[in-house]
Amino acid sequence: MKTTTEFNQMYLSDFKRVESSLNGAKDHPVHALRQAGITRFNELGFPTTRHEEWKYTNILPLAKTTFKASFRYDAAGVTPETVTHFSFEGLDCIQLVFVNGHFSAELSHTTDLPEGVTVLSLAEAFNSHPDLIQAHLGKYAVADENPFVALNNAFIQDGAFLHVAKNIVLEKPVHFLYLSSAPDEPVRSHPRNLFILDTGAQVNVIEHYTGIENQTYFTNPVTEVVLAANAEIHLIRLQDESKNAYHVSATQVVQQRDSRFYANSFDFGAKIVRNDPGMRADGEGTHSELNGLYVLNGDQHCDNHTVIDHAMPNATSHEIYKGVLSDNARAVFNGKIFVRQDAQKIDSVQENNNILLSDSAEVDTKPQLEIFADDVKCTHGATIGKLDDEPIFYLQARGIDREKAKTILTHAFAYQVIDFVQIEEMHPYLNKLLSAQLNEAIEVVL
Amino acid sequence: MLEIKNLHASVEGKEILKGVNLKMNAGEIHAIMGPNGSGKSTLAQVLAGHEAYEVTEGEVLYNGMNLLDLDPEERAREGVFLAFQYPVEIPGVSNAYFLRSALNEVRKHHGLEVIDAADFLRLAKDKMKMLDMDKSMLNRSVNEGFSGGEKKRNEIFQMAMLNPKLAVLDETDSGLDIDALKIVANGVNTLRSADNAFLVITHYQRLLNYIVPDFVHVLVDGRIVKSGGKELALQLEEAGYDEVKMEALQAAGIA
Repeated sequence: MKTTTEFNQMYLSDFKRVESSLNGAKDHPVHALRQAGITRFNELGFPTTRHEEWKYTNILPLAKTTFKASFRYDAAGVTPETVTHFSFEGLDCIQLVFVNGHFSAELSHTTDLPEGVTVLSLAEAFNSHPDLIQAHLGKYAVADENPFVALNNAFIQDGAFLHVAKNIVLEKPVHFLYLSSAPDEPVRSHPRNLFILDTGAQVNVIEHYTGIENQTYFTNPVTEVVLAANAEIHLIRLQDESKNAYHVSATQVVQQRDSRFYANSFDFGAKIVRNDPGMRADGEGTHSELNGLYVLNGDQHCDNHTVIDHAMPNATSHEIYKGVLSDNARAVFNGKIFVRQDAQKIDSVQENNNILLSDSAEVDTKPQLEIFADDVKCTHGATIGKLDDEPIFYLQARGIDREKAKTILTHAFAYQVIDFVQIEEMHPYLNKLLSAQLNEAIEVVL
Repeated sequence: MLEIKNLHASVEGKEILKGVNLKMNAGEIHAIMGPNGSGKSTLAQVLAGHEAYEVTEGEVLYNGMNLLDLDPEERAREGVFLAFQYPVEIPGVSNAYFLRSALNEVRKHHGLEVIDAADFLRLAKDKMKMLDMDKSMLNRSVNEGFSGGEKKRNEIFQMAMLNPKLAVLDETDSGLDIDALKIVANGVNTLRSADNAFLVITHYQRLLNYIVPDFVHVLVDGRIVKSGGKELALQLEEAGYDEVKMEALQAAGIA
């Protein structure tokens, strides 16, 4: 049994309920995507660990939980103070806040957008930018084999919409803050994001998923990014959900000629996490960097399945994912790199490095290179282990005690991924999350 | 300051040090010379407390303390400093963070207040100037991407910052060109005082032209086979270790 449809019912009846409330909106093109989504989800059901792509990630605790869907905006107790708490001090940014998947106009700051830049809730964009929605939404994230993309399709209602016109460089980063608040019962949300960059456009985007401590909820975001020729995006995904939350995401980026994609992905929170970030090159000369950090403790489980698809020649990709695991935490890394037959002159590097701080933590890592071109340079490597002894001794030999030396070295190992983030104002915030996840007895600010 | 008595040490079950005896007083510079594999670096690592080296016999007294009972960090805080032969690269940890942490551990141990960032920077710049180092080094990761010479200079810089009582320099001269060698030697000579002592481990006599030792010891096959004044280094340079080794063996009635 590779999948199970046993737990589909709640989602099917919720879908019917939404559909019956839509009336005229049923004719909207987006609704066809929803219908196809629920149909596909119903066929696929939830994957079991017999499914090759889900071998190490048991999603059944999520499947078995009853979540209340939220179909309209409700602040659910979220206040401006909550938003401040989850904001980056000193960062001048455009901030859109979503509560349980729905845009909150009252909590957001979208003023002062330069000409050619559109930052909206997706729900609003359905009306204001129907052509762009129709041209792009659901065209890249593939639901065929991924039930969670199908599920997101089925419940597309709101999320972030960003459009940057030709040659516009947006200096201010855009912070999309997705807050889950489930004070009474578990809730679920399916944020749907669409970022479109025209030729030569540049932007920094933060996708920030978090929630109220210890609450149980399910976040199922799907993000599609379109980079036209020579466009550049820095996409920072920060996942710091409640320790009882479930987070299953998918990101699909399509890169046209000479475009540049920089991804930095952080997983600190949630009980069970599965991320499927993917990049596909549709033009020559693309550059892609996919970096990730997961720092887990307790019984946390985090699974990253990344796909880099070099369909076109003369491209470079660098991927480094790092993990630090303590207690009984478990991580999975599966990194696929495809180099298609005509994609010559590809330079691709993939690394996955892990430090285990306890004997009961576990990592399963699997690089999968499928190369059909002959003139390419692809390297990959994976390490899983403890800290090296020599650096520990070096620090000790300078007066730093062994435990502190280990703390510093572990922190530095992970911090490298934080250092990749070009928005420096985020560093202290990320550093604090890192320290907290590592249960550091001392404050390490490198 | 330091008294090593009949020190035996093994690594992975193989005995390297086979009864080393050495006495050093404050204000002295001792040089240990010897061929490759004679146990010079093992002696340095044992003094610093590396756990891969197992002491099987003997004792080391340092300012009245039993040095071998102390953890490596306790030794460092008590003023023992090892300038590593192969300094370790530590990606992600800046020299400034590393050294300020180290300095503060030493200061705390001696009941002193921690040094703040500004005072630290002032002190560091001062010492870097002495060693002709670029201050941008402070923000770089410890030894990462450093040339061999830069690493060695960084060791001496750390020594200058931590101001140890007993400094063990393990082949600090290897990998240094003559200009760098002079700078490093100048650093050592500047730090030298009546209150501290240096143990300079080297394969070659060259360094000892610039750091002039009070005593020279020849380590062969895990034992000090000959001791003398600074002229012994020159003698070794001319005659080579084999002759000294033969001489020593004959003296011991083995050959």
